[in-house]
Amino acid sequence: MKKRARNLPLLLAGIAVAMFAFGFALVPIYNSLCKNLGINGKVDLTPVAFDASKSTVNHNREVLVEFVATNNAGVPWEFYPKVTKLKVHPGEIARLAFYAENKTNHRMTVQAIPSITPGIAAKYLKKTECFCFEQQTLEGHEGMNMPLLFHLDTDLPQKVKTITLAYTLFDVTDRVSN
Amino acid sequence: MSHTMSPESSHDDHHDHGPQQYRGVIGFIKRWVFTTNHKDIGTLYLLISLLSFFLAGAMALLIRVELFQPGHRLVDPNLFNQLTTMHGLVMLFGVIMPAFTGMANWQIPLMIGAPDMALPRLNNWSFWILPFAFSLLLSTMFHAGGGPNFGWTMYAPLSTHYAPPSTDFMIFAIHMMGISSIMGSINIIATILNLRAPGMTLMKMPMFVWTWLITAFLLIAIMPVLAGTVTMMLTDRHFGTSFFEAAGGGDPILFQHLFWFFGHPEVYVLVLPAFGVISEVIPTFSRKPLFGYHFMVYATVSIALLSFIVWVHHMFTSGVPLGAELFFMYTTMLIAVPTGVKVFNWVSTMFRGAMTFETPMLFAVAFVFLFTIGGFTGLMLALAPADFQYQDTYFVVGHFHYVLVPGVVFSLFAGAYYWLPKWTGHMYSETMGKWHFWLSVISVNIAFFPMHFLGLAGMPRRIPDYALQFTNFNVVVTVGAFIFGFSQLLFLANIIYTIRKGKKVDGQVWEGATTLEWTLSSPPPYHSFTTPPSIH
Repeated sequence: MKKRARNLPLLLAGIAVAMFAFGFALVPIYNSLCKNLGINGKVDLTPVAFDASKSTVNHNREVLVEFVATNNAGVPWEFYPKVTKLKVHPGEIARLAFYAENKTNHRMTVQAIPSITPGIAAKYLKKTECFCFEQQTLEGHEGMNMPLLFHLDTDLPQKVKTITLAYTLFDVTDRVSN
Repeated sequence: MSHTMSPESSHDDHHDHGPQQYRGVIGFIKRWVFTTNHKDIGTLYLLISLLSFFLAGAMALLIRVELFQPGHRLVDPNLFNQLTTMHGLVMLFGVIMPAFTGMANWQIPLMIGAPDMALPRLNNWSFWILPFAFSLLLSTMFHAGGGPNFGWTMYAPLSTHYAPPSTDFMIFAIHMMGISSIMGSINIIATILNLRAPGMTLMKMPMFVWTWLITAFLLIAIMPVLAGTVTMMLTDRHFGTSFFEAAGGGDPILFQHLFWFFGHPEVYVLVLPAFGVISEVIPTFSRKPLFGYHFMVYATVSIALLSFIVWVHHMFTSGVPLGAELFFMYTTMLIAVPTGVKVFNWVSTMFRGAMTFETPMLFAVAFVFLFTIGGFTGLMLALAPADFQYQDTYFVVGHFHYVLVPGVVFSLFAGAYYWLPKWTGHMYSETMGKWHFWLSVISVNIAFFPMHFLGLAGMPRRIPDYALQFTNFNVVVTVGAFIFGFSQLLFLANIIYTIRKGKKVDGQVWEGATTLEWTLSSPPPYHSFTTPPSIH
């Protein structure tokens, strides 16, 4: 057999291995595409400092922001926003709280995962403080108010009139104890 | 066996001999387990696919019994979901893919003038992994907690967070099938690129060989991605990763992207070899060369390339941005162009041909017509706004069954009847073949056409029960499915008849056939072409 002929199966096996790696490479590619294009409603989980002196508030525009709270399966907590909707001017800081209460008899740790509709708005919603930045632990039957501080970027596309900000609580107790 | 046709009879040291024979039952097992002969392995592939066909078909009939009337009748909903999952997985990975790999094993060396496949030992491995993979997969049905019940698409988190423990067996079965098809594809590419007879240039290769060359490249590109995806499922299930787990920062939608990045080219893995078979059968029985051979090759290549940039059309309703919906809608509709070229060329091949309608040709003509119907409903589904209505309804079930049953499975029948005389040396029963065809072609339409109406009326897919107004069409579908299912016993009977009682045939079985396999005796010598044939 010629050398070229012998190398062909190796080359093809190499392509297969490379495609296996490519499958895994698609994960960071997907995440960074979604983040940079702001297309799947995922919110940046890093705090953005709000500087009132630099920010210009657009008083001519009002955006309705709605809040939704959901419990994932296996999280028997009480969880709801203290106000369900707010009208905010882009550039203006808004402050509210979500109430959470652990209805079980034991200590639980949860993680709130945010999601924004429409997805395109995700890039323009900046959070200064959010309970979703870290995991929350509550003893059995303990309750607390969890703060949320955010503002909308003034560059928010004009067609966006309403934003829905949804949080889902996931039970991460097992992951924390491990 | 007569050797007058075989070119190696002049060769002293390479005279024709059969497989190595051993004694007794152990000997019989050794002969088949250790075989590296392309015909033996091709036969094994075809047999396993025939077995799976009846198994997965029986599952389909159970599904149809449950759906015969509204209300819970025969199987409980969890078993129903397991049946739909297994039916899909086994039909794809256990029937269509092994059947075409079997045909590739038999036909590619014969059609390009080679003695055997390039890597016979690898060939043996790629087949013998399969029985183990399928035992693993089917064993899940008997596990505590039941088998996989989330549909063949395995969407996370159904397949990660909420899946039964047996899912791990399914994951390893998919790994094994993936390894098997990657090894098979490497072998096919190496055979086609290295073992062609002198003078057999790429653009002289029969279309079946061309379509398989492209299919093999597709398989090498996508099976590893599927393997990676199910590996992520496995680590999400057991090793604390969060690829698809929203709680850990992952994204279930990512699963759909990864899956369909594999899944859409996979559709063409199933259908391109079918195009190849049809492109052999139609010219033979039209007694004309294939119309527009070069365009057929280019169309096949463009379908394969386009298949990598259309996957989001399976996820139009998953909330992708408008720009992406438009992009994937247009690329999907673009695929209709090369596919249209193919249909046009098949029809033009038949145009003014001296046509006869033996069983393979009947199946091929039905393929062209019914596959095109499946293509049209595919175009309807490609329209993003319309897809919002059709998504997850019986319309989709109707669409892909049209493409896969009177499409791909009919091409398998066409290929089987076309080459069975070559493989066995005996003619099949034309009467039984015609009965098989007419029963199949009528019942397949009774079974699958009403599904479109059900879907448009709003019946969702993957449900064991439905609202009363869907009853009439479901009754029709079930009746059609049963006629279709039992008609396939005629196919089995015909194969057995052919092997045991069929009339002996000479090398040139079909008057109009021109490819190289017909220059050999029927059945061909054990080592096909030991001296390369001359190509005109």
